[in-house]
Amino acid sequence: MAEAHRSEWAYVLSATVRVTRDIDVAEECVQEAYVRALTDWTLNGVPTRPGAWLTTVARRLAIDQQRRRANHERLLPMVESEHDGVDARLDSEEIDDDRLRLIFTCCHPALDLESQVALTLRFVCGLTTPEVARAFLIKETAMAARLTRAKRKISISRIPYHVPAPKELPERIDAVLEVVHLVFSTGHTAPSGASLVRTDLTSRALQLARMLRELLPTDPGVAGLLAHILLSDSRRDTRTSKEGTLVLLADQDRSRWDHEAIEEGIALVRESLTHRPPSRYALMAAIGAVHAEAPSFSETDWKEIVAIYDVLLLTWPSPVVALNRAVAVGFSEGPAAGLTALEELSGDPFLAQYTYYECARADFLYRIGRTDQALASYEFALELSENEVERAFIEHRCRSIQKEVNAQ
Amino acid sequence: MSEYLIMIYQDYSDPMWSDPAHGEKLMKEHMAFGEKHGGSLRGGNALHATSSATSIRHDKSGKVAVTDGAFVETKEALGGYYLIEAADLDEALAIAKDVPSPTGGVEVRPIRPT
Repeated sequence: MAEAHRSEWAYVLSATVRVTRDIDVAEECVQEAYVRALTDWTLNGVPTRPGAWLTTVARRLAIDQQRRRANHERLLPMVESEHDGVDARLDSEEIDDDRLRLIFTCCHPALDLESQVALTLRFVCGLTTPEVARAFLIKETAMAARLTRAKRKISISRIPYHVPAPKELPERIDAVLEVVHLVFSTGHTAPSGASLVRTDLTSRALQLARMLRELLPTDPGVAGLLAHILLSDSRRDTRTSKEGTLVLLADQDRSRWDHEAIEEGIALVRESLTHRPPSRYALMAAIGAVHAEAPSFSETDWKEIVAIYDVLLLTWPSPVVALNRAVAVGFSEGPAAGLTALEELSGDPFLAQYTYYECARADFLYRIGRTDQALASYEFALELSENEVERAFIEHRCRSIQKEVNAQ
Repeated sequence: MSEYLIMIYQDYSDPMWSDPAHGEKLMKEHMAFGEKHGGSLRGGNALHATSSATSIRHDKSGKVAVTDGAFVETKEALGGYYLIEAADLDEALAIAKDVPSPTGGVEVRPIRPT
């Protein structure tokens, strides 16, 4: 019920913004339409298309308001309302267009990335302000202020409600994909908190990626991102044990991976890789596909994975990609080679504070028998991690290595 | 339609600025920009160097201090501006991307209607 309300609300809002060209005014009109629905539906029963009913009422309120304002300011001639029948003929093409416009507005590069994510969760996914605040782990008042500031920027600098021109489109789609990817990666391994995965965020990201796929069915980046999310998320249930402890890829029960998601993801990877050059999301998804297709950890085609990381590094030279490549080298050529590859990255200031870098280093050190250094490395990783599941895993590793050292 | 101010910020310590050939080239680029976007331009000027700037600060007690130099010392200094008219931010940004700015960039701000 709540979910239906949420998506309905977002649809009605995006259709109303088309008329108001202002999110604040649209929000008020949609709110009023819901209030009217309460009495109208109690008296007359729920209409066959509640969404269309709400949209018609909200839009009519918006038009009335504009007419009143125009009248008041005596700037425009009287506008006659064209909406007199309740059942507006909202075709699906128009609805899609409204949604796409609003997504591009929320993810406009003139807004800072955090505001883009907040606006998208609020107005495209239909989360309430307290829910968006929880997603960011910040106070509701702070989130309300952030949303207000972002809406002011949209209105004052006149960020338009339209699908960008073809020339601008690839760049603008990238900005949208970045927002969706950020929502997903924050949920996939939560930077802090009690659980490893935050399904509230991962499921929103999946929903957004599916929506984009519907709206932009031929875009290879969209296909790549949806594939990446599906393939990464297919392992969700096996990444932690029943007790909530971390389970590494090597130890996961592959029969419990979501095979439906894998199948869908792999088909999308194939499709998105036919475009040259492949998008970074398509490459990330391709790596996920190699894992998904391996019958066991030991049978994983690590050479293939290293090769894909090499291509990925060219299109997306990020420290985390370089780190993942080094780890793959370790599994492909042995822990000593992995350690060398990791140490080549030791000067990177981001990785120097990154838990996963330290854990990978500790693991390779342990595998080549440099136990004392491995222990020190795990202890440093423990200082860096704020995720409780991750911390429990590292503490467990420390204890078992300590036991081995003591037994010698 | 809305008005936007495009402020051009450049790093004038770059050796490029002491090369006369570069000055001529830049002038031509501004002329080309003016021809391409003439319909949207409402004004624009180049400023003298920040070494010619004088800043005035008012403190809370009402005292006024006059000092030599730019208001804020930054690596990139305001070197000129264009005043444009555009339908929305996307149109304004498309124009602003064409502003010649070899050693820095531009800031786009909507003008408050009077």
